Amino acid sequence: MRALNRKLLRDLRRMWAQSLAIALVMAAGAATLILGIGAHDSLSTTRAAYYEANRFADLFADVTRAPKQVVREIAALDGVAEVTPRIVKIALVDLPGMVEPAAVQLVSLPASGHATLNEVYLRSGNRPQAGHNLQALVSAEFAAAHFLTAGDWLSVLLNGRRTNIKITGTALSPEFIYLLGPGDLMPDPKHFGVVWMPEAALAASFDLDGAFSNLAVKLQAGADPQKVMDAIDVRLKRYGGTGSYGRKDQISHAFLDAELMQLRAMSRVLPPIFLLVSAFLVNMTLTRLIALEREQIGLLKAIGYGRREIALHYIGFVTLIALAGILIGFVAGAWLGRGMAELYARFFNFPFLVFSRDPSIYAIAAGVTLMAAIAGALRAVVQASSLAPAVAMSPPAPPRYQKLFNGSINFNRFIRTSSIITSRHLFHWPWRTASGILGTALAVAILVGSLWAHGAIEYMIDVSFQKAERQDASLHFTERRPISALYDARHLPGVLRAEPFRTVAAKVRLGQRERRVAIVGKPSDVELSRALDVEERPLVLPPRGLVISDTLAGILHARIGDGVELELMEGAQETLTIPVTGIATGYFGLGAMMDLASLNHLLGEGPSISGVNVAIDENKSSALFAALRETPLASFIVLQKRSVKRFRETAAQNITIMSTVYISLAAIIAFGVVYNCARISLSEQGREMASLRVLGFTRAEVSSLLVMELAVMVVLALPLGWAIGYAIGWLVVHGFASELYRVPLVIGKDVYAYASLVVLAAASVSALVVRRRIDRLDMIAVLKTRE
Amino acid sequence: MQPLPKATPPTQVFHVQGLSKTYRSNSIEVLALREVDFSAAAGEFVVILGPSGSGKSTFLNIIGGLDSATSGDAWFLDHQITKLSETGLTQYRREHVGFIFQFYNLVPSLTALENVQLVTDIARSPMKAAEALELVGLAERMDHFPAELSGGEQQRVAIARAIAKRPEVLLCDEPTGALDSKTGVQVLEALLKVNAEIGATTLVITHNAAIQDIADRVVHFGNGRIVREQRNAKRKPVTSISW
Repeated sequence: MRALNRKLLRDLRRMWAQSLAIALVMAAGAATLILGIGAHDSLSTTRAAYYEANRFADLFADVTRAPKQVVREIAALDGVAEVTPRIVKIALVDLPGMVEPAAVQLVSLPASGHATLNEVYLRSGNRPQAGHNLQALVSAEFAAAHFLTAGDWLSVLLNGRRTNIKITGTALSPEFIYLLGPGDLMPDPKHFGVVWMPEAALAASFDLDGAFSNLAVKLQAGADPQKVMDAIDVRLKRYGGTGSYGRKDQISHAFLDAELMQLRAMSRVLPPIFLLVSAFLVNMTLTRLIALEREQIGLLKAIGYGRREIALHYIGFVTLIALAGILIGFVAGAWLGRGMAELYARFFNFPFLVFSRDPSIYAIAAGVTLMAAIAGALRAVVQASSLAPAVAMSPPAPPRYQKLFNGSINFNRFIRTSSIITSRHLFHWPWRTASGILGTALAVAILVGSLWAHGAIEYMIDVSFQKAERQDASLHFTERRPISALYDARHLPGVLRAEPFRTVAAKVRLGQRERRVAIVGKPSDVELSRALDVEERPLVLPPRGLVISDTLAGILHARIGDGVELELMEGAQETLTIPVTGIATGYFGLGAMMDLASLNHLLGEGPSISGVNVAIDENKSSALFAALRETPLASFIVLQKRSVKRFRETAAQNITIMSTVYISLAAIIAFGVVYNCARISLSEQGREMASLRVLGFTRAEVSSLLVMELAVMVVLALPLGWAIGYAIGWLVVHGFASELYRVPLVIGKDVYAYASLVVLAAASVSALVVRRRIDRLDMIAVLKTRE
Repeated sequence: MQPLPKATPPTQVFHVQGLSKTYRSNSIEVLALREVDFSAAAGEFVVILGPSGSGKSTFLNIIGGLDSATSGDAWFLDHQITKLSETGLTQYRREHVGFIFQFYNLVPSLTALENVQLVTDIARSPMKAAEALELVGLAERMDHFPAELSGGEQQRVAIARAIAKRPEVLLCDEPTGALDSKTGVQVLEALLKVNAEIGATTLVITHNAAIQDIADRVVHFGNGRIVREQRNAKRKPVTSISW
C-alpha cells in the first residue's frame, strides 16, 4: 500500500467518530431515497402486475337496472375492448356474536367459463359450483377477521331477505385492493367485506334477471376515455346511469394513487435534506482537516506530489466516508423497505407484493450520495491542492478576529469575557456557523414537518365529527324512499333524533373543470349532519343554490356567487346552472350540499330520501341494531363512532411508526451536526482551552465555552427549524392533498416544543461526548508547542 | 512537614523537599525529577537554568499545580500543593499563580485588554486590566488583537495577564525563548518591573545563560536534580545584557 493511502486510512481511524457521524447522515439520505423510490416502484409494479393479471377495468358505470342487450351496444363502441356486466349491491350481514351491523359488497360472478374483467384471485378454497346459487367467495381479510373458512355459512340480508350462503373459498380482487366501506375512513375488515356470488342468485334476489347494475369496461389501447365515457353515459342514461367514471374515481385505485403520491413526495423532500446536511458536514470537517495538515501538504508538494495527487488524497478520504454511508444506507433502506412492505400488506390486499430490488435504485442512491459528498469536499480540496508548497510549509497566519460591529458597542460591559470568545469565534467562521445552524434547523424541521400529523388528525376529527357530522349512525336505504321512511326510523328503538338526507350522483362543472360528486340534500334546520363555513361555524343551507366544500371550490376555481353547471344523474336528469351560495369546510372527499326540498324539486320528484342520520341512545343500541337486521330498511349502516375510532387507531399506529423513523432521522442529523461542530471547535480552540485551564479556569468554565457556542447555534436553529418545518408541513399538505382527503395544516405549540426537545437532547448528548475530551485536555503539552 | 511560620521575614513562599517525578510509558520509566529540595522567599527573582530534559519544566509544572509529583512534598505558604485535589489545584492556580509561557498562549479572538480581563473576571481581588497592561508598557495597544501585535508585545500581554490577579508567584517557562534579544530584553524589563512592584516571587526557566545575571539567585538543573545554586551578590541591570 502506498504511504499516502496508509495516511488516509489512519486519518479515518483517528477521526472515526466524526466520520461515522457524517456517514450516518449520508446513510439516512441514501436509505430514505431507496425507501421512497423502492416503495413507490414496488407498489406501482405490484399494482400494475396485479391489474394486468386479473384484468382490471379502465371504466366503471353504475345503473339502476339495464337490460343486457345494452352490453352489446356498448361493446361495439369505438375504443371499447371488452365489457363485463355485473350486479353490484350492498347488503347487511348477520354474524354470530357481533352486535354492531356489518355489511358486504355483493358482486356477481358470471357463469363459469366466461372470462371477465376484475377477475377474482382465489386465495383459498374453490369457486361456487355450477348450479349452486347459494354459494359464495368472501374477501380474504373479512374471512380472516371472522375466522370464516370454506364450508362455513354466512347469513346475508339479500334485498331484505335473510339468506344463508355457503362459503366455498376466499378471494381478492384488483378492484378491492384498498377496501373501504361506504362512509368509512379506514379499511375495517371486521365490518366490511366483499361477497362474490353466482350472478343468477343475485339477479333473482334483486329482480335483475337479464339485467345488470354495474359495468366494467376495458378500453382499447389509445382510446380516448372521455369520449367512451360520454358515449356510455348517453346509452345508460335511461336505465338510471349515474355516470361512468375512470380509475381515478375508483376508490381503491384512488387511494393507491394517493399513497404513491405520498411516496413520491417523501423521496423528493427527505433525501435532499440529508444530502445537503452531509455536504455541509463534509465541507466543515475537511476544511478543518486540511487546515491542520497544511504543513504536511506543503511537505508532500515539496517532495514532488502533484496537485492531482493531493486532491485525490482528500477526495479519497471523503469517498471512503461516503461509501460507509452508502453501505449503511443500503442496509437501512432495505430494512425499512421490508417494514414498509409489511405496512402495505396490512392496508392493501395484494395477492403478492413485489418489493422492487431494482439495482438502478441502489445505483442512483449511491451516485447522489457520493455526489453530495464530493460537492461538499470540492472547495476544501481545491484550496488544499492549490496551496503553494512554500506557503503551506510555514504556519498559517493567525486568524484575525474582529470586534463585532467594529467595536462600536462595548460588549464587555454586559457580558463576561468568555462569552466574547464564543461570539467572536462564531462570527469569525460565518459560513460554518450558518451551516451548523441550518443543519440543526433541518433536524428540527424534519420533526416539525412530520410530527404535526397527529394533532392535525385530531383536529380533523374534531371538526368533521364533533362539529359537522355529529350523528351516531347513518342508515343508508337500498333505494330512495318516500319521506315517511323518516318516521319509521324515528320509531326504531333507541333513536333519539333522526334527520333525513338524500344523495344524488351529479357532475358539477365550471368552465373546463368538472367533477363527479354526490350532492347531499338535507333540511336546512339539521342538528346532526351540519355544514360548517370556513370559520367552522354551522352554516344554514340556503333555500336555493349549492354549498360546495372548499376542496371542490378549489378544484373548480369557484367562488360564492359563481354559477356552476349541475348535471343530475338521477330523477329528471336535468342539467342546469345553479349559484354557489356557500363554501363549507371539509377534509374528506369533494362535498356538495343543498337544501333537501330544493334538491327534490330539481329532480322533479316528490319528497323522497336516501337515508337518515340518527342520534342513538347508547344503552339501546343493541336493540336498534337487532331491529335493523330484522327490518329491510337500510342496506348498510355507517357507525360514525366506530369509524372514527378505527381511523384514530390506524392513524395512531402509522404515526407511531413514522414518528419513530423521523425522530431517529432527526436525531442522526442533530447529533451529526452538533458533534462535528463541537469537534472542530475543540480542535481549533483546544489550545486556548488548555491555556485557560492553566490560568485557573475550572473544567466546567472551560467546557462552557464550547457548550455556549453549541447552545447559541442550537438556540438560533430552533426558530429557523420551526419556520422550515412549517414550510415542509405546507408542502406536505399541498403535496399529499388528494380529492379523497386533505389534512389541515395545524401545528400545535406542543409539536414545536417536542421537536425542539428531541434536537436539544441529541445536541446535549453530542456536547457531553465532546466535553469528556475537554476534561482530558493536556495542559502541559500546549505550553510547549506552537499550534 | 510542619506548616511554615508565616510571619518570619523573609517568608518562604515555596518549600520543596524530596520532590520526585517518574513518567511511565509502556513499562519504560523516565525519572524526570530526583528528590529535589528547594525553597524560595517572598519577592525573590530566581532564574532556573539547565539543558533540555534536565527536569526544570517538570519542577515548575509541579509547583505551579499543573502536574503531580510521584513522591516528595511541595508547599506553597501553608498549602501542601502535593496533596491538593484537581479542584484544589485549579483553585491554587486561579488565586495564587501567574503563568507566562514561551508561546504566549493568548486567546486569538480576544484583544489584549480582553485577554487580561479573562483573568480579572475570575480572580478574587485583581487590579484593573488596563492597569496591568500599563505596567508592561502596553497602554496604547490594549485594543489590538494578538494577531496585530509583535511577539514581544504578545508576551507582555501574557505578563499583564499573569500579574493582573496580583499573584504571589510568577512562573515563567522560557518567556524569551521565542524572541530576539532586543524584544527579549523588553520582556525581561517588564518582568522585573512587576516583580518589584507587586512583590511576586518570580521563577524564570531559561536556556539562556545571559539572563542569569539579573536574578537574585540562579538554580542549575541537571539530570533531574539541582546541581548547583548561586546567589548574585549584585544583580546586573537588564539593559546591560544581550544574546
